Amino acid sequence: MRPSEPPRAPRSGSAGHTVAVPSPPRWEAVGLQADEYRDITARLGREPNDVELGLFGAMWSEHCSYKSSRAYLGRLPSGAPQVLVGPGENAGVLDLGGGHAVALRMESHNHPSAVEPFQGAATGVGGILRDIFTMGARPVALLDGLRFGPPDAARNRQLAVGVTQGIGHYGNCTGVPTVGGETTFDPVYADNPLVNVMCVGYLEWEYLQRGAAPGPGNGVFLIGNRTGRDGIHGASLLASQSFRESAAELRPAVQVGDPFVGKLLIEACLELAASGRLRGQSDLGAAGITSAASETAGRAGTGILLDLDRVPCREPGMSAYEIMLSESQERMLLVAAPEDEAYLLGVCRRWGLDAARIGTVTDDGRLRVVKGGRLEADVPARHLSHGAPKYRRPARLPAPPVPWSPDPARHADLTPEEARSAAVELLRRPTLAAKRWLYRQYDHQVQTNTVLSPGAGDAAVLRHRPSGQGIALSLDMGGRLPALDPYGGAALLVAEGARNVACAGGRPLGLTNCLNFGSPERPEVMGAFIRTIDGLAAACRRLGIPVTGGNVSFYNETGGRSIYPTPAIGMLGLLAEAGGARGSGATAAGHGVWCLGPLGRARLDGSEYQDMRWDLCAGAPLRPQWGTERALVALLSGGAAELASAHDVADGGLVTALVEIVGTARTRGLGLAVDLPRPRGRGPAARLDNLLFGEGPGRVLVTAEDGAELQAACAGLGLACRRLGSTTGDGVVRISVGGKPLMRLGPDDLAAWEEALPRCLD
Amino acid sequence: MRAAVIVFPGSNCDVDAALAWEQTTGGTAERIWHETADLSGAEAIILPGGFAHGDYLRCGALCRFSPAMRAVVAAASRGVPVLGICNGFQILCESGLLPGALGRNQGLTFRCETVRIRVENTGTAWTGACRPGEVLSLPIAHGDGCYWLPAEELDALRVRGGVVFRYCDAGGRTGTGANPNGSADDIAGICNPAGNVVGLMPHPERAAEALLGGTDGAAILRSALRVLGVGATASG
Repeated sequence: MRPSEPPRAPRSGSAGHTVAVPSPPRWEAVGLQADEYRDITARLGREPNDVELGLFGAMWSEHCSYKSSRAYLGRLPSGAPQVLVGPGENAGVLDLGGGHAVALRMESHNHPSAVEPFQGAATGVGGILRDIFTMGARPVALLDGLRFGPPDAARNRQLAVGVTQGIGHYGNCTGVPTVGGETTFDPVYADNPLVNVMCVGYLEWEYLQRGAAPGPGNGVFLIGNRTGRDGIHGASLLASQSFRESAAELRPAVQVGDPFVGKLLIEACLELAASGRLRGQSDLGAAGITSAASETAGRAGTGILLDLDRVPCREPGMSAYEIMLSESQERMLLVAAPEDEAYLLGVCRRWGLDAARIGTVTDDGRLRVVKGGRLEADVPARHLSHGAPKYRRPARLPAPPVPWSPDPARHADLTPEEARSAAVELLRRPTLAAKRWLYRQYDHQVQTNTVLSPGAGDAAVLRHRPSGQGIALSLDMGGRLPALDPYGGAALLVAEGARNVACAGGRPLGLTNCLNFGSPERPEVMGAFIRTIDGLAAACRRLGIPVTGGNVSFYNETGGRSIYPTPAIGMLGLLAEAGGARGSGATAAGHGVWCLGPLGRARLDGSEYQDMRWDLCAGAPLRPQWGTERALVALLSGGAAELASAHDVADGGLVTALVEIVGTARTRGLGLAVDLPRPRGRGPAARLDNLLFGEGPGRVLVTAEDGAELQAACAGLGLACRRLGSTTGDGVVRISVGGKPLMRLGPDDLAAWEEALPRCLD
Repeated sequence: MRAAVIVFPGSNCDVDAALAWEQTTGGTAERIWHETADLSGAEAIILPGGFAHGDYLRCGALCRFSPAMRAVVAAASRGVPVLGICNGFQILCESGLLPGALGRNQGLTFRCETVRIRVENTGTAWTGACRPGEVLSLPIAHGDGCYWLPAEELDALRVRGGVVFRYCDAGGRTGTGANPNGSADDIAGICNPAGNVVGLMPHPERAAEALLGGTDGAAILRSALRVLGVGATASG
């Protein structure tokens, strides 16, 4: 049997009078380039037919093949004893000891969410959950990194509300707590909002599943939702191209999620994984059956023969092309021996899931697709899954960043009288405002493992019930800082993630990442991408943190206007005991407040304050000092000193961090009285606004009943430690500088910080 | 002290409830698939939170057709303590074991946070270990928790002591904006006339150990022990 012939292009000129209208080349309809088409033809030894071309279009899309990024991703260090599964599988897996392990993965769902915020975000959650339970791990936590345009525009507000509800809808229904994340607002994301979702799961090492289809003769099963005509071309046309005028016409390329079926799939797949009777499994995400079948066969070095007449479809009359490229949600591809077929189908039936044997593993290395007795496609599986070209696209590396020098006339420092109103205004900015409005819509306690919930710590902490250990999770995402300095900005993120999990008491164990960029076809985007990889790699080496995998999202641009280079990292830390989790908020009045690290090492470059005051994003953000970062992680995760709380000084600088220590509902009634050293020297470092609102890494605010231990521990590590003041019981933040009272932020100001976001979004 | 935790497709707090029961009471909890009709041997029954049947049609509506629910109704009529938590409360209302209905939250959004509730009736199977007027801190996590009942039925419910919990502030006061979902009369939980069937929106199983930030839910689970002391069982 030979696959059906490629359609012939109509010959022009043969009819004499008709004017030939050149039809667009075949490859364009599936998002491929002319030379990629030639490559495919050479590999097949003939021209691909329409179905085959569709398979290549999806699998060789940027979204599925990482063709512009793969050449560089290998620079990220992924080797470490605790890494059980590194990049290349559906998720990374880290060792927790005693046969226990934890799987983690982050992915973007930016383009679908821009087109249809609720379903785009919901299916993003559904997809990342499948990546985790595909490994045989029970999903135990979700985090999300979100970027929107300013919420004073109705469109941005609609996106923020829709995305939030979509995330909540899927996570809440499936019973997986959403425990953390990061959300900021900037005009650069107005046309291209970012929705990055991270999932973490617990597994027993013996139940680890692989996304492979080994053993010729084994059955290939499709379980879950029926296959419909939704999401066709999601990977190739929606996620692998920039937006033009109207993204709305791409709405049919967005899928619709059903978290109820998602929950049933979790339970059925975990039950099957624990039975030891699965040979392999893969979720169906981008490029649907095509991706799952070619990747599992490609990894195992086998082939798969698919009979599409056996695929349960939502409607009759679907073509081979549609079935192969459908991105209908909540489907899994399983591989099992023929003698286990009845068992597998029985488990699915009990969970109320459709299940069908749709194919067989073969030894010929080919993906063959049969429908109605016709061979619709016959291509080498590994060429589809692993054969996409690897591009080293033209790249223009960014110029080294130059520190901002404020012009005294236009960029005057704050007077002491102006400091308070600047602080109040800054705290109301949606980016810095309390995020309770968001996380209150997410079930963050289901599964009863949440020790530190959203808003309570710099990282979420979950209990690992079987061992009594805890894991700390932090999602940190770039913006203005990597825009100014891609290399340094990426390094800052790793340092911040490590600091965050350490503040919560965890020792960094590994990280996953999601890299969001504009079009890789533009040299400046590629240049920033390459420097981001290098910055991440350097930081991971300096801190000894392996990268377990990641995701790249290109083409986040509209009309030639790109987002900032926006890397996101998901850091996982380990606590010897979950009960050792440390919050970020003060716990009692009368405790001392200290700043660890270089208190005055801050710049306004790329800060929230620079944006607020001068509508400016300029300069060179400070890069991490690795000695300081390592000392902070050692101190905070080592339990050397008894600390009541620890909080990283991040966006918004010192004043924001001080308010965050006492501003939440949890800490109501507590206040602070602190004295900051008068800024010295010349230039920007001598400015009052730089002291109060400047941003720089390596600084952590801690509270403790007794500072003697802390000071001794810091001295041992060579870490700066300066007492700033004390916590109080009056709900007021009092800040003085050089002994002179500067500002007082009362309960109303703290409430305004908490209420700012609902005011924008409700 | 054997509890049955009924598992519907879409239940997602069943494991939490079973663990909390075992931890707080020292008893055992078995998760029972909804197609099981035999609940004999269960001395207490918990309908856990979640999104049974995807909350399609209405929250909790489809559960009453499950064989296990027919067994729950029969056990309830024999006096076996039955606790419905969140989605379980919705299921109890939909199956007619408790009056009223739970609609969309007044604010129209899902809310997950810790609230306070006041114990209004300590004479039920699930509040015997609480003090009258005691204020409990418990987590909520729901989008459809707005309790509603026609006015005359609400009066009847109040008169017979059917209101078991009301949302309140830290001082135990109601009507001060502490109601998170717009429930009639700040109602957070109710019981049947016999007092053995209780439904509530907050999650006692999430507040059963100090590590997770609170233990106020333990008293609710432990209350059933007092009833079990008098020997009511599903088979009895």
